Amino acid sequence: MNIFPDEVIEQIFGYVTSQRDRNALSLVCKNWHKLERCSRKSVLIGNCYSISPERVIERFPELKSLTLKGKPHFADFNLVPHGWGGFVYPWIEALAKTKVDLEKLKLKRMVVTDEGLELLARSFMNFKSLVLLSCEGFTTTGLAAIAANCRFLRELDLQENEVDDHKGQWLSCFPDCCTSLVSLNFACLKGEINLGALERLVARSPNLKSLRLNHTVPLSALQRILMQAPQLVDLGIGSFIHDPHSEVYTRLKNTIIKCKSMTSLSGFFEVLPGCLRAIYPVCMNLTALNLSYAAGIHCRELIKLIRRCGKLQRLWIMDCIGDYGLGVVASTCKDLQELRVFPSVLIGLNGPAGVSEKGLVAISMGCTKLHSLLYFCQQMTNAALITVAKNCPNCIRFRLCILDPTKPDPDTLQPLDEGFGAIVQSCKQLRRLSLSGQLTDRVFLYIGVYAEQLEMLSIAFAGQSDKGMMYVLNGCKKLRKLEIRDSPFGDPALLTDMGKYETMRSLWMSSCDVTIGACKALAEKMRRLNVEIFNENEKVDCSVDGGQKVQKMYLYRTLAGRRNDAPEHVWIL
Amino acid sequence: MNGVITNPEKGSSVHMLLPPKGGWVGVSHVCPPTGGTCSFKAANTATTILKFIDIILRLSSQGKMESRVVFETHLNLKATELRLGLPGTQENEDKTAHSYAVVRNNKRPERETSEDSVSISKASLDQQHVHAVAAPQLKAEIVGWPPIRSYRKNSVQEGEGDGIYVKVSMDGAPYLRKIDLKVYRGYPELLKALETMFKLTIGEYSEREGYKGSEYAPTYEDKDGDWMLVGDVPWDMFMTCCKRLRIMKGSEARGLGCGV
Repeated sequence: MNIFPDEVIEQIFGYVTSQRDRNALSLVCKNWHKLERCSRKSVLIGNCYSISPERVIERFPELKSLTLKGKPHFADFNLVPHGWGGFVYPWIEALAKTKVDLEKLKLKRMVVTDEGLELLARSFMNFKSLVLLSCEGFTTTGLAAIAANCRFLRELDLQENEVDDHKGQWLSCFPDCCTSLVSLNFACLKGEINLGALERLVARSPNLKSLRLNHTVPLSALQRILMQAPQLVDLGIGSFIHDPHSEVYTRLKNTIIKCKSMTSLSGFFEVLPGCLRAIYPVCMNLTALNLSYAAGIHCRELIKLIRRCGKLQRLWIMDCIGDYGLGVVASTCKDLQELRVFPSVLIGLNGPAGVSEKGLVAISMGCTKLHSLLYFCQQMTNAALITVAKNCPNCIRFRLCILDPTKPDPDTLQPLDEGFGAIVQSCKQLRRLSLSGQLTDRVFLYIGVYAEQLEMLSIAFAGQSDKGMMYVLNGCKKLRKLEIRDSPFGDPALLTDMGKYETMRSLWMSSCDVTIGACKALAEKMRRLNVEIFNENEKVDCSVDGGQKVQKMYLYRTLAGRRNDAPEHVWIL
Repeated sequence: MNGVITNPEKGSSVHMLLPPKGGWVGVSHVCPPTGGTCSFKAANTATTILKFIDIILRLSSQGKMESRVVFETHLNLKATELRLGLPGTQENEDKTAHSYAVVRNNKRPERETSEDSVSISKASLDQQHVHAVAAPQLKAEIVGWPPIRSYRKNSVQEGEGDGIYVKVSMDGAPYLRKIDLKVYRGYPELLKALETMFKLTIGEYSEREGYKGSEYAPTYEDKDGDWMLVGDVPWDMFMTCCKRLRIMKGSEARGLGCGV
């Protein structure tokens, strides 16, 4: 390899984009390490507390695109106390200070403030893309700063964030000279926007490919927008309510027919089922359809719609579609790769209650290309899981959530060990698994033995003894994230292989049997782990005895040492 | 502490679960020969737990009961329970136990939980019944379950965003009502609902003669500000252009029915 001059090697490295591959390159020799780090443009930091921003910038001076993840996954379900952490400001500050030429910032589960957004907007002349997923802490004022100052902005993508909407004119802050937008997603904003400003923005953005509106944008405005942007590939519809006999509606129908590039549809926060006919013409080209927020579409209309979507690869829906509806999906969507079925039980819709194992079996038989599944259901059987395992051996992500978390197989009253065992045995490429239902230690034995590629495992209300957790820690060599709640795993399991945690990103255990003493011992022994303990908004009593059980524990490997931004109720051992 | 049973009858057993987070604290010990369990809630500090154990041990040393103190922090109560139940009720009993283990009492009044627990002690026969009644409620109490992003939960639960709410006034009635037009699938359902709401009868609709057979006529104000008779336009169109409803009475109502 020393035959080639550095420039050639760098050129070759340019073709290697995956972070894991580049990490591997950097380990070959010192020269390669240097060449790789000086040419790396895109970095993912899976845990923002695992390393300091300064160190990242020092290693990768040519950094252009940074992805950061903050809070642990279970923060999504209100299990992490407010104020825990995940602040992005120090990162933006460090990047600004060292004059990194940042072009893209992608944040997940982080706390973003208006000050941070303002600093971001002012500091990076070539900033092009801001993607915020499940973040919180900012308002439309911060968005206004981004709109006003990022002259070459291509992407502003806000997904499922908690944004304080001051109903201001943030959209109007895009200057007239801003014509570079490719993707704009503000579906998660609650407040009204200036429709005129939006229409003018769309009109001057010839490269706009993806537009997702919030629920305040009425159908009439949608029609005018689509007139200006028939080239849209991805559309998120806000409100879809109008008199289907009106002129506006007819115009919309004719406008949509012109959108020949449209392959992805979402939104429908408000729907009048009678209006759905307007989108029928684009259905046959759709590869992605997200109706998981469309509470207004009932089962019958859903099925009518899906019958027209023969090319779907990704489908997100609510369980009001029922087992029968899933059968229709199975027979219509032969290219389906990803399916997510969310529970509508939460919103108290009447009608047949959700989906069961029957729907999943139908999907597995009809959709042989399925590799990603998220399935909220009323019940599941071992027989069904065994069938699914046989039909979908290429599954990479399998997340099952039975609404009653400890429900056994209703036919045999057995735990679901054998079913999940079949899944991990058959799906040899399985990287992510979420379990539910009644489960003993046996399922963890299967996982430890068969799930060789498993990287993320979510456990809730499962297992009988420490052995369960030990099987997983001993067996799954590629495990990176393990999250456990309400399961009887205690100190012996926690301390069985302390070195293992340095090979993982993080471990979460809540409502288990782990004691403070064990956590202290672990923290003492493993200096490169941060072990955090927290109770719900209660100041942690450091003098409490070691035998007391811990409510919530989150540990992660880190090179940054103890963090100093934790609130009072988070105790870092 | 609430619901503490300091002198359990011989033959009753007391359940204690160390709470995952606040809420339930109890001590599990088993007194043969009869089964029956009861759970109760106490404060969740370490000192209270110790008080508990103290009581139990004292009682057992006085020969009042046999006891075995077991701390359970998980759901597998089966292992330490001796229960007599109906054959085949095993699974339901487990479920009941599971349900208890995960109760969070943050939002529920304390009374509720001790009521539940007292009724459990009556007989294992009752357990099935209590399970059937209590379980759905208790399931809803598990924090963070089902695992759905709070953003999604909050968005989809917004009934307001999805409904078409219009005010309904009736001549002579002191206050107005509000209804969601999306709930009704057509005019017959809407009229029935209005009849029930205001306790009156609306006559039969006919295109030519409006509403005949009663002194009430339902009208609505449309987007242009005009007052129209309910039923003249297709339902879909009506839903989108109706701004408010007014039930007219008496001569005004009859007036609408005459001619076009």
